[in-house]
This record gives sequence, C-alpha cells and structure tokens, in this order.
Amino acid sequence: MADRLVETRDLKMYFRAGGSPFKPKFVKAVDGISLHIDRGETLGLVGESGCGKTTIGRTILRLYDPTSGKIYYDGKDITKAKMFPYRRKMQIVFQDPYASLDPRMTVGDIVGEAIDIHKLAAGKKERNDKIISLLERVGLNSEHSNRYPHEFSGGQRQRVGIARALAVDPEFIVCDEPISALDVSIQAQVINMFEELQESMGLTYLFIAHDLSVVKHISDRIGVMYLGKIVELAESNELIFHSAHPYTKSLISAIPVADPRLSRQRKRIILEGDVPSPVDPPSGCRFKTRCRYATQRCESQDPKLQEIGPGHFVACHNLDMVE
Amino acid sequence: MSEYLLSIKNLRLSFFTNVGEVKALNDVSINLKKGQVLGIVGESGSGKSVTAYSVMGLTAHPGKIVAGSIEFDGKLINEMPEKAMRDLRGNDIGMIFQDPMTSLNPVYTIGNQICESILLHTGKNRKQARQRAVELLELVGINEPQKRMKQYPHELSGGMRQRVMIAIALACEPKLLIADEPTTALDVTIQAQILELMMELKEKIDMSIIMITHDLGIVANMCSKIAVMYAGKVVEYGNVDDIFYEPRHEYTKGLLKSIPNLYSQDHEKLLAIEGTPVDMLHPPKGCPFAPRCEAAMKICLDQMPDHYPVGQEHYSACWLIQKEEFDRGGIV
Repeated sequence: MADRLVETRDLKMYFRAGGSPFKPKFVKAVDGISLHIDRGETLGLVGESGCGKTTIGRTILRLYDPTSGKIYYDGKDITKAKMFPYRRKMQIVFQDPYASLDPRMTVGDIVGEAIDIHKLAAGKKERNDKIISLLERVGLNSEHSNRYPHEFSGGQRQRVGIARALAVDPEFIVCDEPISALDVSIQAQVINMFEELQESMGLTYLFIAHDLSVVKHISDRIGVMYLGKIVELAESNELIFHSAHPYTKSLISAIPVADPRLSRQRKRIILEGDVPSPVDPPSGCRFKTRCRYATQRCESQDPKLQEIGPGHFVACHNLDMVE
Repeated sequence: MSEYLLSIKNLRLSFFTNVGEVKALNDVSINLKKGQVLGIVGESGSGKSVTAYSVMGLTAHPGKIVAGSIEFDGKLINEMPEKAMRDLRGNDIGMIFQDPMTSLNPVYTIGNQICESILLHTGKNRKQARQRAVELLELVGINEPQKRMKQYPHELSGGMRQRVMIAIALACEPKLLIADEPTTALDVTIQAQILELMMELKEKIDMSIIMITHDLGIVANMCSKIAVMYAGKVVEYGNVDDIFYEPRHEYTKGLLKSIPNLYSQDHEKLLAIEGTPVDMLHPPKGCPFAPRCEAAMKICLDQMPDHYPVGQEHYSACWLIQKEEFDRGGIV
C-alpha cells in the first residue's frame, strides 16, 4: 500500500453567513470531502471560484478549524492536535504574491522568520547561510536578501513566497493558485521550479488552480470540485481523456486550447447559467441546475462518489446517459 | 476610402511620468478589415491595452501620442476634436472592459446605464430607449430583462454583469468592438458563454472585434488575425494559423512552447522563457526581447529590427529571419 501522507475523511467546513441567531445560515464551502495524498505525489484540485478548493487547502493546514470530519497527517489525527510541530512539515504558497509578503520586511527576514520561529539556525551566520541557500534554490541570489518585496516583479515575489515555504524543510506544500497572478511567460518558469523542487526534495503537493491545463501538467491525480464537493477524481490523463461526470466534460470543453485547427473541430459543451450560491446549495445533486441530464433522482438524492475504474471516482446518478 | 476599417500607422505613445518617459507604444502599426476579429496578445505592460485605449482616444494625461496616426472608417481619430470623438465613442466604437465588477456604476440601475448611451447617440426618446435596452438585454441572453432593468450591478453575478457591459457596448450597433480582457475575471464555463455570445453577435450585427488578451487559447478560438506585442512593439503579425503553426518570432515561439497542452499524453517539460519582462522605464537598446532570447545575436542588442514579411500578410520583427534570408542568398 502506498504511503499516505495526508488524508481527510468527510471533512466539512461551514462558514456562518448571516441569518438570525435562531436560524443561522451557513456557506457550505467544503461539504463532506474525503481524499488522500500519497507521499511524493501531486494532487490537483480544480473548480470554479467559490467551489471550496482554497478552503479545503487551508482546512487541511488547520488555518481553519473544520466544522466536522477528520484530517490525518502521516497516519496521525491532527483534527484537534497542536499544530506547531506540524507547521514544520506542512506549508503553503499563496495565490497573490503582492499581498502575501509583508512590505516592511526584507526578503531575507521574510524567509528567515520561519527559521527563527522554529529555531533552525544556531547562530547569525548559519541563519544567513540558510537564507541564501534557500534564495538560490528558487533562482534568486544573495544580494536579493536585503531588498524589500516592492522591488521585485510578480514572478520573483512568488519565488520569495516559495523560498519562505521551503525554509522549514517541509514535506507537504499546499500550492493555492500559485501562478494565476503571473504573466504567461513567467508561469512556465514557476511551474518548472515546482517540479524541480519536488524531485530534489521529495515534496508532496496539493496543487489548487482553476486552470485545468496547468493542473493537468503538474498533477498525478486530479480532483474536480463543484460547490463544496468532489464530483470526479482520477489519474490526470484518465480524467482528461475519459472524463465521466457531465461537469468535468463541460469544464474540459470550455477550456480554449491554443491550437486553432483543433479548436475549430472541437465540439464545445456550453453550460447554461451560473454557479448557484453556496449559501443555499441546491438539494440533491448540486450540479442539477446546470446539468442537461438531470432527472427526478438528482432532485432528491445526493450522488455518492463511486469507483468506475481503478482509481477513477465519479459522483453522478446518470453515468450511462452521459455521452 | 481605404480597405481597412481601422488602420493604425507607426503609432508612438508615451507616458510622461515623474520618473521619466515611458514609451508605452513604440511604432505600432495594425490594420483591421471589416468583419475581422483581431487578437492582440502580450504580457502585462506590453502595450496591448494602451493600443486599444488610444483608438478610443482614452489615453489621458500623462499619456500622449507622439507620432503616427489612427484612421477609423476614413477619419483620422488622433486629430479629432474631443466633441467629435464623443460622437464616435459608444456609437461607432464600443468597448468592453476587463473587470465587470468595477466598470459598471454601482449607484445607477442597469437600465439607466444602458439607456445612457442610447439617449446620447440616437434620437430616441426615453420610452423608446428603455424598449431598446430591454431588447439588448434579451439579445445578450439575460432572462427577465424587465426585472433586470431596475436592478443594480451588485445584484448580478460576474457573468451577468459582463453581459450587461456587452449590451451597453452594442447599444448603438458599433462598427468596431474593442474587448479588453473581457473574460479574465470570469470562470471558464462563464468565459465560454461570453465568448460564444460575442461571436454570435458579431455575425448578427456585422462588426469587427479587437480582442485583447493574454490567453493564447482564446485567440486560437476566436480570431482571424493576431498581433503579438512585446514591450510596446508588435513583434509578429499574421493569420491565426500562421502564428500558431509557423511562428517566426522567437518570443511567439517561446510563448507557444511555454503553455501546457491539455491533450498531451505524456509529461513533457515546459520550455520556459527565462528572465523577466522588460522594465519599460529603462528598455534595452536594441530588440526588447533580446535579453531573454536564446538566439540573440550581436546586432539584436544594438538595433531594433524592422518588420519583415515572412508570408502572406505575415510579418515578424526579428533579425534572425533577415539572417536566414541572407544566408540563403536573398537580398535584404
């Protein structure tokens, strides 16, 4: 059996969203998600804004306290555990490199803060050496360590954010849309760096993004989320070439491919309507309001994830109808 | 009468800022025929939005057109007085902005905002204008248009707001629609809806579109002509198939290789373009892409190459092409 590093069981994360004290309303950002990530693997999560992909990343790191469900790290239940020792093993790279770096700290101090907190360096010299080797590892150099974030471009800032995550020598990194704020020509640089780091340091990633082509490129397995639930989960090529869920199918067909001839031939499935609000998600299957295969059963019954092939899970009642 | 609806010739535009002159557009020439869809691709700061804004006459202080001309429908736009420009804006040229969250006025109803441009540009009275606005909302696929007319922007979702923006832009059936990253703020499934809507409407009212985007997928889908911009210059221009299958500029080639392919079976490493985008305050002397270009030669660092024809309506500004021609014994 593969070595499971991270696992969630029926994880739920609700946020209070108004209503009266007697009848509170909740945003069900993550609603019953069970997934696992093996050591050294990259699990990609895709979905539209508001589907809960960022929330699940943060909940796994216990930046939020889950409403219910369990989180396991390396076989231990961390749902209620003291997180300090785990912060050395689990790190995060945030989406917006303009907002996630303290503008008043030098890059050296930003990277060094984690070294100080976890007392990873014996003296000033060791701390400094560590910072420089981290910066070099992400393609920056020693002279950058005395500069401030505003002196850097978006791509360089994201490198600083990655160096900060690497400072504690973690095993597991949640990458929360790490490249969506970057220019196209810079995105490839950062994706390649993530891959190189994974190889050299044996990292495990939860890679969250809305761009399916990028997720497909970097991930071993992909989970597709819709309104707080995983609707399909499979090995990356399997998911792209043999997708089964109607939402995954339309998501794939909606992606504009950078190949004019192919895009002329391609049949596109255009979904009607918008994503419903997660405050009052539809009962039964949550995708039914936009699904052309929706039946009576979808109205009342919430489909469960079922395995349709080795490692390929889908939550849909009408798989036989979907072409 | 020229064959082009829009013809930008050797446009130079600078922003005169406190810290120095930023040459946002450096000798940009673009032609657009009636009914064509032109895609302008490039990174942030490459000048793609500024190009579009200059067509609308929206490059306010400290921006200034230094040289060149913009001709729209036989009229020179850059010499037009502000009053005539106002007649053109929203009437002959419609524009959709990037962020539907901020480009609608939050204190006016949707109906009010659509009627504004109808009342301004056509002789219609208030009642007729409202009628037209309802028609437009229907046209862009918004259900219950009567109800929406009375709603405020915050009551609508992002996709809906972008549809309203399109309705406003199309209110007077413009000859040219400029779309500045119209779907960047939207989700993929909503993006697909909006793009399809734009193409449908293009057929219906027979207009030309300038599509500004950084997404090569979108241009591959929608556009017939593509201009690739880098550091305020059009580095390559051509038909969509030429650009994608026979790119002749190193930057275009690099861009195409650096995006992951959804349909590739095996895992190929992405070929990234190294380095960082140009600092527009201190652009390099020669070709702006030279510092990041793997094939850069001595001359690239020193002189900017001219546009060189490499095929039918296909131009590229790269010294390599001229070198190849020279090696083959052609005359440069």
